Amino acid sequence: MSERKQGQRDDPPDSGRRAFIGAGVGVTAAATLAIAPGIRLIEIAQAHSSGIHGGGLASSKQRWGLLVDTTRCKSGCQECVSACARENAIAPGSGRPSQNSQWLRKIELKEQRTGRELSLPMMCQHCAKPPCVDVCPTGASMRRADGIVLVDRHICIGCRYCMMACPYQARSFVHEPLHDQNPQVPRGQGCVEACTLCVHRVDKGLQPACVEACNKTGGGAMVFGDIKDPASDIAKRIAAVASSQVRADLRLDPGVRYQGI
Amino acid sequence: MAAHIAYRQLGNRSAFWLLFLVSALFVAAGLAAHLSMEHHGHVITGMDNRIVWGLPHVFAVFLIVAASGALNVASTASVFGKTIYKPLAPLSGLVSLCLLAGGLAVLVLDLGRSDRMIVAATQYNFKSIFAWNIFLYTGFYAVVGVYLWLMLERRFNRYAQAAGITAFIWRLVLTTGTGSIFGFLIAREAYQSAIMAPMFIAYSLAYGTAIYLIVLLSACAIEQRPLGDEVLRRLKNLTATFVAASLYFAAAHHLTNLYFTRNQAVEAFILADGGSITQMFWLGQVLIGGALPLILLLAPGVTRVRILVACAAIVVGGLAQMYVTIIGGQSWPLDLFPGYTASSSFADGEIHGYTPGLWEVLLAVSGFAIATILVAVALRVLRLLPERLDDASLEPAHPAQQA
Repeated sequence: MSERKQGQRDDPPDSGRRAFIGAGVGVTAAATLAIAPGIRLIEIAQAHSSGIHGGGLASSKQRWGLLVDTTRCKSGCQECVSACARENAIAPGSGRPSQNSQWLRKIELKEQRTGRELSLPMMCQHCAKPPCVDVCPTGASMRRADGIVLVDRHICIGCRYCMMACPYQARSFVHEPLHDQNPQVPRGQGCVEACTLCVHRVDKGLQPACVEACNKTGGGAMVFGDIKDPASDIAKRIAAVASSQVRADLRLDPGVRYQGI
Repeated sequence: MAAHIAYRQLGNRSAFWLLFLVSALFVAAGLAAHLSMEHHGHVITGMDNRIVWGLPHVFAVFLIVAASGALNVASTASVFGKTIYKPLAPLSGLVSLCLLAGGLAVLVLDLGRSDRMIVAATQYNFKSIFAWNIFLYTGFYAVVGVYLWLMLERRFNRYAQAAGITAFIWRLVLTTGTGSIFGFLIAREAYQSAIMAPMFIAYSLAYGTAIYLIVLLSACAIEQRPLGDEVLRRLKNLTATFVAASLYFAAAHHLTNLYFTRNQAVEAFILADGGSITQMFWLGQVLIGGALPLILLLAPGVTRVRILVACAAIVVGGLAQMYVTIIGGQSWPLDLFPGYTASSSFADGEIHGYTPGLWEVLLAVSGFAIATILVAVALRVLRLLPERLDDASLEPAHPAQQA
């Protein structure tokens, strides 16, 4: 009886200790599971941009941009579009063509008054004041310090308000499950996406896939670079030739400029 | 007045269960549609990268806008001191909350990642009117919930007016927020206007009061509870005023756009050349949702059936208006290069069609079913509907006026 009493007195601390240790292990495991993706997110958020000119985190000292010379962009040429699709693993889906993602498209234009025809690539214009970022309820649409506008796939809820707000129809909604993704370009069903300016390449000091393809096998119509760096090709070209921003009236200050329109 | 009024739950069991089961069937169909869309993706719907907001948004925004307006009767009682409406106020608050629940449910279930609601509840971009609306909607529940409680708890009735004023202001701000979702879209010619906010308030007054009247007339008819002619006369006149205000704002919106040369093409699309969108506007919004209810409500010899038909027409017209606003506005192409004709693989320069699929129809309609089931269950278990609503009970101190 007394032993049992003794045992009863001793048991609670033992079982309490075991429970405490068990709970501790459980909490630690749960916390690790909970925090680990967060740590990964922080890594991504602190995007390490070596950039074409090298060095450091994405910085507002740089502004990545594109210049498209429409006089050299050939009608019917799809080199940039194909390169974009290859690089970012964008394949036609099983639905209607209008449900497919198009990060980059070619627009054929005809001036109504003169009949002059021209062709140009249209993609996210990486605005300095992007309406998609303004309207996004969760902050998933974001603008990096170096001017690249991105969608954080982890917090996009798929409301599509950014698609309504984008003046360039540059965003796509992923309408169905995805397969064979490029691990460096995560995408997700039910999320909105757009041209990332090949941020995964730019951060390694490479050019966007579309620019590389255009200069290799296309018309050599695209120039990529830091428009804040006076020594860069793009800055020199912008300073030397007349170029314009699409829907300049909206004063969004796009990072993509067009020559010859 | 209200102190003499006894409130009682719905007693007609067979009518309740019939309404409950039919509504539950539609709710189940809506949930099945949601699960199917979540599993297969929006590829199974009629929506695409041009018409990104489809029929679910038409119904959801309609219900959210109507929710704000359904509070009219309570506001008229508490804010403007019309004592005749006080016994009708609890039902007004209830219908308002239930409509909002139906609308928000559809909106959430149509999200690409509706499983991420915790993200929407914890991550905010305060420049987004969408983020503000999350607070406005949840706040609306709290404000109207407290208002309902203060109206029903006799010890605290004296605070109901303050709560009613708060709810009135809140819902004006809420509908301003809903209208601004469209008003803030700078690049869309059909929207981008400050008039969207007050116009949506006018719409909300008409749609909400119409739905409230449908609920009131149906409940009183099924329960065989007396409903006075005087209160009905006032309510139908109020509804007619709101319908006229809606027509005024719609006319002002389109005429303003017509004045600006750059917007004349999109106006021509909506008003003349838009096919189904044009039909929805003239036949749905203007004729069925505007002219018909005005005639039915204001022509002499109005009957209860006529009021009911007028209210149903306002709802149909309201859905047509939302379709014109939401689908019509997206069908019209963005004008990236003024002075040029454009073509691309992404339908640049083209007027884009939209045919809703079965799944989104089921999801959209389930919003009404959710609201209906919530109203029915609440009226079945809570004492929200007065036993008598005849003129003598509503305003014993003042004899009923003649129409």
